[in-house]
Amino acid sequence: MSTPSPKEALGRDDIAHLARLSRLALTDEELDRFAGQLGAVLDAVAQVGKAEVGDVPPTTHAVPLTNVLREDVATPSLPRDVVLAGAPAAEDDRFRVPRILGED
Amino acid sequence: MTTTPDRLVDFDEVLTRYEPVIGLETHVELGTASKMFCGCSTTFGADPNTQTCPVCLGLPGSLPVANAAAVEHTIRIGLALGCRIATWSRFARKNYFYPDIPKGFQTSQYDEPLCTAGHLDVEVDGETYRVEIERVHLEEDTGKNLHVGGATGRIHGADHSLVDFNRAGIPLVEIVTRPIPGTGAKAPEVARAYVTELREIVQALGASDVRMEQGSLRCDVNTSLAPIGSLEWGTRTETKNVNSLRSVERSVRYEMRRQAAVLDAEGRVLQETRHFHEDTGSTSPGRSKEEATDYRYFPEPDLVPLAPDAAWVEKLGADLPELPAARRARLMEEWGLSATEMAWLVNADALGLVTDTVAAGASPADARKWWLGELARRANDAGVELTQLAVTPAQVAELTALLADGTINDQLARQTLDGVLAGEGGPKQVVEARGLAVMGESDELVAAVEAAIAGAPDVVEKVRGGKVQALGALVGAVMKTTRGKADAATVKRMLEERVVGS
Repeated sequence: MSTPSPKEALGRDDIAHLARLSRLALTDEELDRFAGQLGAVLDAVAQVGKAEVGDVPPTTHAVPLTNVLREDVATPSLPRDVVLAGAPAAEDDRFRVPRILGED
Repeated sequence: MTTTPDRLVDFDEVLTRYEPVIGLETHVELGTASKMFCGCSTTFGADPNTQTCPVCLGLPGSLPVANAAAVEHTIRIGLALGCRIATWSRFARKNYFYPDIPKGFQTSQYDEPLCTAGHLDVEVDGETYRVEIERVHLEEDTGKNLHVGGATGRIHGADHSLVDFNRAGIPLVEIVTRPIPGTGAKAPEVARAYVTELREIVQALGASDVRMEQGSLRCDVNTSLAPIGSLEWGTRTETKNVNSLRSVERSVRYEMRRQAAVLDAEGRVLQETRHFHEDTGSTSPGRSKEEATDYRYFPEPDLVPLAPDAAWVEKLGADLPELPAARRARLMEEWGLSATEMAWLVNADALGLVTDTVAAGASPADARKWWLGELARRANDAGVELTQLAVTPAQVAELTALLADGTINDQLARQTLDGVLAGEGGPKQVVEARGLAVMGESDELVAAVEAAIAGAPDVVEKVRGGKVQALGALVGAVMKTTRGKADAATVKRMLEERVVGS
């Protein structure tokens, strides 16, 4: 994973890269400001690393559950007009989206 | 987009200088009734956006719950490929933006897939190649984009696109091979044989209908070339959009020829995604501005881990059906076929049809004769697959039974088949409706025999004079007047009785 570890300072280029991946148009001034702010957030989160957890297995979930599954049974879907009512644009019963290639 | 045609090296020449390494990533859409993480139906061909809900549309506040049948199918595919089944497995978010993924990420698996380290043996020209399986993981399918305003629905030059999310969230299993070296000239065929065998297995498991033309089985084919004797493998390309077994083979062949030309010219093969074109059999570069992929995978917080216990996996393993390789070996034994004869059946996609025909009562020899002969010809003439012919194995078995009991002869059987294929009903019905049954020793046949004798006194003379083979002309005459409906042996006997025996 390419997100920098908290030990490296978060640079302007990192923010620009993340902004692009997130499709966010940030100004130069915002890039500088967010680099500083996100750095502070990462530092704060990094405090967790100080905890003594040598004998605790890593986990991604706090709940002691596994294999939460549902039966393979089809249930009713939403009516299409309801679905498309939430779309910024629709055409031919489909979601209409801007041109995909050459967007930048 | 204008491109100059690729320079290509002759295939046989490629092999004098380079060795290929191939690899395949195969996506199989599972045949579950509902989607991977919600209850929306998965029926193919429904009206656009009629099979969606807050979960598969990625609306805020919705929460996924994994489909038990999809998890079981994945484990069964893993077991059939000899994989290790994880005792601890998780879903992960693969983050990227594209209009066909409504959530902004695809729920997939990353470092903890359900199945790892399997293999599949495939046979090409009597030689066995072992394909190592790296992993089998479970994920969800994307929606479908329709591009508007460009040429023939292509994304290039499109003005905008329209998205149907019916497919979004359908369970998808990805089967990834390890790189396959050492196949040399057979690389294209090994790739095809692997996908063919994988398809057979998934079909036997009942995990998917694996119809490539409907996209329920899709392949990405990796190909690289390195100079013979080189210690390192070359740079690989990944060809997407490979949607038929034949295309799998063609895409490897094309990439080998193209890459050889690049390397011959001291050039570098670019590591890139390429698209396969069914019409020309060529590949072209994917998006030119492809960024280094950065999916920022992280564990899916909305789904708890999967921890298949030993008892569950053991039960799934015990319930696996007979797998294709074992089935073929058994049938070869039972039907007394050689490996080559079995290969013909498999290549003609006729094994299942013949098996079902035998199960419906036909002899293996008759079933094979009909499917590989007359029916293969009909399918070929009509430009359809054997399985698409409008005749069922049970009907073919009925046809062979009518032949065996003498109700019809070979010629009448073909006419009966015409009727069945034309939708006139089963063979018995057609024989009845068209009056195709072989004539017994009826008054009509007696009249025809006597007319033939009366009409050719010269022939009768010859026969009586000892030239018994001249009787053939009389048989022919009777068959003609009865329009092939008489039984030749019966006619011959009746003529002999009247001409020689009297």
